[in-house]
Amino acid sequence: MTFINYASKEINCKIVYYGPGLGGKTTNLQYIYNKTAPEAKGKMISLATEADRTLFFDFLPLDLGTIRGFTTRFHLYTVPGQVFYDASRKLILKGVDGVVFVADSQRERMEANIESIRNLEENLEEHGFDLRTIPYALQFNKRDLSNVLPVDELYRTLNYKREPTFEAVATTGVGVFDTLKSVAKQILVELRKR
Amino acid sequence: MASSVDFVLYEEEFKLLESSLRRLRQEANAVVVFLIDKNGQQIANAGDVTGFDTTSLASLTAGNVAATDGLAKLIGEREFSVLFHEGQQEHIHISIVANRAILVVIFDDKSSLGLVRLRVKRASSELEKIFETMLQKGQATGSTTTSSPFSEITDDDIDALFSE
Repeated sequence: MTFINYASKEINCKIVYYGPGLGGKTTNLQYIYNKTAPEAKGKMISLATEADRTLFFDFLPLDLGTIRGFTTRFHLYTVPGQVFYDASRKLILKGVDGVVFVADSQRERMEANIESIRNLEENLEEHGFDLRTIPYALQFNKRDLSNVLPVDELYRTLNYKREPTFEAVATTGVGVFDTLKSVAKQILVELRKR
Repeated sequence: MASSVDFVLYEEEFKLLESSLRRLRQEANAVVVFLIDKNGQQIANAGDVTGFDTTSLASLTAGNVAATDGLAKLIGEREFSVLFHEGQQEHIHISIVANRAILVVIFDDKSSLGLVRLRVKRASSELEKIFETMLQKGQATGSTTTSSPFSEITDDDIDALFSE
């Protein structure tokens, strides 16, 4: 749900990074945070366990500049990927404008990816959203590891609706901004249609 | 997709919300008052916010309310409409307004929980009325498809945002 504030001339949009545990959602946000100019970002908040696993969410506000006189703000959230945090995941999808799915390219994480996409589909539905229509980008992360599946195999299994798909290494930033731009653009295009 | 309907705030209602929050801050003798969307975006505030990271405050409050809502449902309650966090010097009173916004009052020992609760109650019904007007206005403009400034966004506008 985009928040358009005519009084302060701001558009606020919410992007949620979804995916299986330890897939690199938080790392995506950390990279974006580290590479963004101080005036364009707010504080990054991580509600994590002592072992640095996301407990509730990470949050990063980004200011992308103005469009038709309106300051365009994106609020990036991650969800906790671990299966048993489903109740929290559901809460974070509330009012979402676009989703990035961070898939783990490692062979042994394929099942976890599939399960997580199914979970995303269900949780979106509970909020009245449809994965088939919501702005959405798919990221194949950890491409630098040796035990990864070929991209075409990942694509065949995980691509949902021919959404834009990116190969990434979130630790070094490969593909991170391309993924973000893709979903942000889709959200703005969606806004134009309304 | 009912839940994707945009939340639109116009100047007129923004001013009404602000003046209502200002009054609440004065009458409750509070440090600062915020109104936040349930999705974590700040709508308006009153008081000196210079020492506050308002964006983080909005996002964490919404997360807090969402988690508490989840807890309420687990025990069969519709919601917990009031949350109160007590600190050593400053305290936070959080309440739900008009089902869609969160009213946050931060106060210190110059005020009291009782006074804050009392004033919040009155301010809430005032805020509810403003939200009702906003909703009606939103529905009216939504049904007549008046041109929004975004209907004219070009691909170049969008690309320009990502051009560095």
